[in-house]
Amino acid sequence: MTTLMMSEDETMLQDAARGFLDGAAPVSHLRGLRDAGKTHDAALWAEMAAMGWTGVLVPEEAGGSDMGHAAAGVLAQEMGKTLVTSPFLSTAVMAATALRQVASDRAKEALGRIAEGAVIYALAVDETHKHDPEATTMQAMSDGNGFRLTGTKGFVVDGANADRLLVLARADAGLTLFDLPADRAGITRTANGMIDARDAATIEFEDVQATGDDVLGTVGDAMHVLEPALNAGQAALAAEMAGLAAGAFGMTVGYLKERKQFGIEIGRFQALQHRAAHLWCESEVTASAVRNAARMLDEDIDNATMAVSLAKARATATAKLAVIEGVQMHGGIGMTDAFDMGFYMKRARVAAEWLGDYGYHAERVAAARGF
Amino acid sequence: MSNTDLNAFRADTRAWLEANCPAEMRDGIRDEDTICWGGRNWQFTSEAQKVWLDRMAAKGWTVPSWPVEYGGAGLDRAHQKVLSEELDAIGARWPLQSFGIWMLGPALLAFGTHEQKLQYLPPIARGEIRWCQGYSEPGAGSDLASVQTKAVSDGDHYIVNGQKVWTSYADKADCIFALVRTDPDAKKHLGISFLLIDMETPGVSTKPIRLISGSSPFCETFFDDVRVPKSNVVGTEHRGWDVAKHLLTHEREMISGGGAGLLGTRSLGAVLAEHGGAMDAVTRAEALACEVDQLAVGLTLERYKDQAEAGGGVGDASAMLKYEGTELNKRRHELLMTAGGADALQWDGIHAGLAADWLRTKANSIEGGTSEVMLSIISRRILGLPG
Repeated sequence: MTTLMMSEDETMLQDAARGFLDGAAPVSHLRGLRDAGKTHDAALWAEMAAMGWTGVLVPEEAGGSDMGHAAAGVLAQEMGKTLVTSPFLSTAVMAATALRQVASDRAKEALGRIAEGAVIYALAVDETHKHDPEATTMQAMSDGNGFRLTGTKGFVVDGANADRLLVLARADAGLTLFDLPADRAGITRTANGMIDARDAATIEFEDVQATGDDVLGTVGDAMHVLEPALNAGQAALAAEMAGLAAGAFGMTVGYLKERKQFGIEIGRFQALQHRAAHLWCESEVTASAVRNAARMLDEDIDNATMAVSLAKARATATAKLAVIEGVQMHGGIGMTDAFDMGFYMKRARVAAEWLGDYGYHAERVAAARGF
Repeated sequence: MSNTDLNAFRADTRAWLEANCPAEMRDGIRDEDTICWGGRNWQFTSEAQKVWLDRMAAKGWTVPSWPVEYGGAGLDRAHQKVLSEELDAIGARWPLQSFGIWMLGPALLAFGTHEQKLQYLPPIARGEIRWCQGYSEPGAGSDLASVQTKAVSDGDHYIVNGQKVWTSYADKADCIFALVRTDPDAKKHLGISFLLIDMETPGVSTKPIRLISGSSPFCETFFDDVRVPKSNVVGTEHRGWDVAKHLLTHEREMISGGGAGLLGTRSLGAVLAEHGGAMDAVTRAEALACEVDQLAVGLTLERYKDQAEAGGGVGDASAMLKYEGTELNKRRHELLMTAGGADALQWDGIHAGLAADWLRTKANSIEGGTSEVMLSIISRRILGLPG
């Protein structure tokens, strides 16, 4: 088994990603999008494609760079540090992982388009306020040789900007995953005003026609395709949150060193030193879980669930702590919109919920550990 | 090193263990009661315990990472891991545990002369000499560098006077490695030497301290005009703090193992079920979080071991491992006590030892540097906060 340290290649990728993102997508980029009422930057997405990032999990024969989940995690982490807004997780991580589970020319072609940056995918899975794919109620009624989909999906991240949707619905044979164009007749998308200023949509399906060709994988066996995709997304999201925590922490430690109160730097107060040190310790422990999840996905994706949930649970807790401490230690300025810490706090909350919250993932760890 | 080499080593190791590990030493119990500490006065609990120690020592496997000439087997981490896995696979007890292995050995390997290594390391590896650590003093706990025990020069000897406290197993040890002040005029970190003292030297005496857990693993140790050869200084005279710091790193790593190493890889859920059965929702939620954190801390130990093996060292991050591991161990034992309920409150009975273990864990975040000292180290040396 590979070690939990970063390889030389991964360190180089990290440096390259950081260099690019510091120039192209610092936090002010997100602020600019928000102020302009936008949730997507097509030029940034095109640059990510040009660097091979959108093809990070696309096989080489389909036109990707196929660098693996550890590399995807490195990219997601660097994006997290400056809250980079893009459909990377939905498209390059989750849709790509789902599509590569299927051996078909259509899937291969779709993977090629992901690698090119020519398509944005979103996963339409959740239906209630909590992530629970197995509880999906949306019906895929049999209709001749095809299906008719009716129901509502919520919290579809990147759903408003997406060109295609991976839709989870219940057919007679069981849960089935559909790969549909987002503009198919009967689909109504409503962009939600999200606290993190990113794209999430509520999507209504009213008698949406789907053929057997629209099914990704096998009818009644959605999880064969969807579970690896969700695991990959959860691991990458954990990496993003670890990066988010590191970004917020970097700002906070910097502030502790320069901000003076009572005539001295506030970083001299032991009450703050110990809280900052505790947060650093927690970040280190989380980093191990995040690395381990990517390692498991690369080496044994069918048995990676516990490692992934461990990473998502830890990253959720650590990111929460990092932004709470970030605002508190900055004091009043941390509460202002003009300062960036609030962006970190709001993204941490959305990321905590997306693809399963702390309790969801702790329960999956517990199940694997015989609780 | 290729996988073929490792596979061959695994096969040889498995065969050797099968032939040489006595059946009584394969019950998988690795608790305080079954530890073989070795030493001049060690009473083996069975003939099997002695045979097991002698055979493992002859292979160099009591200290597998140490060089062969000093009693080890010179194994790299990959081979050590194989050995450890094979020992786990048959539920082998540890042949030998000691502060000589965990603490003095690594310090001597880093700072000792070749002669000192030849003199002291093989007897540690064979379990012939048991060491204890003389660091803390009544006036020097967290502020360790303020040691007052004096070592005054007298020809080629020192005359040592003073008192140590919290000396683990001093009453059972043959020798002590101690921090003593050899230059009272220097700044406090610069006047300390790292000195090896035989406990049988006239003037050394010990007195056990009874703890809240009912046991007495710690002692007060007194030095009254104790004559010690100057050749027993490890490293440079007056620069014992460098040795002490190095050794403290090992101590922190050892204690941090309480979070994952000593607790093994067993699920907290399974252990709690044994102790109490069904859990209420509040306890269960706490236990889940504890399990999540334990797995992550275990991975962190693995990651830092990988880093140390790759030559990156662990350095000040050992303070993080110590802090996380010990605080976790305390949480875990609180949960075990909750699961046991009233049954866990008796010294004996169906949960014998649980309460004593629970109380003992409270020292984890004090010994080897308190959690607060760990956080201060991280704050200053890793985060670079002013201080």
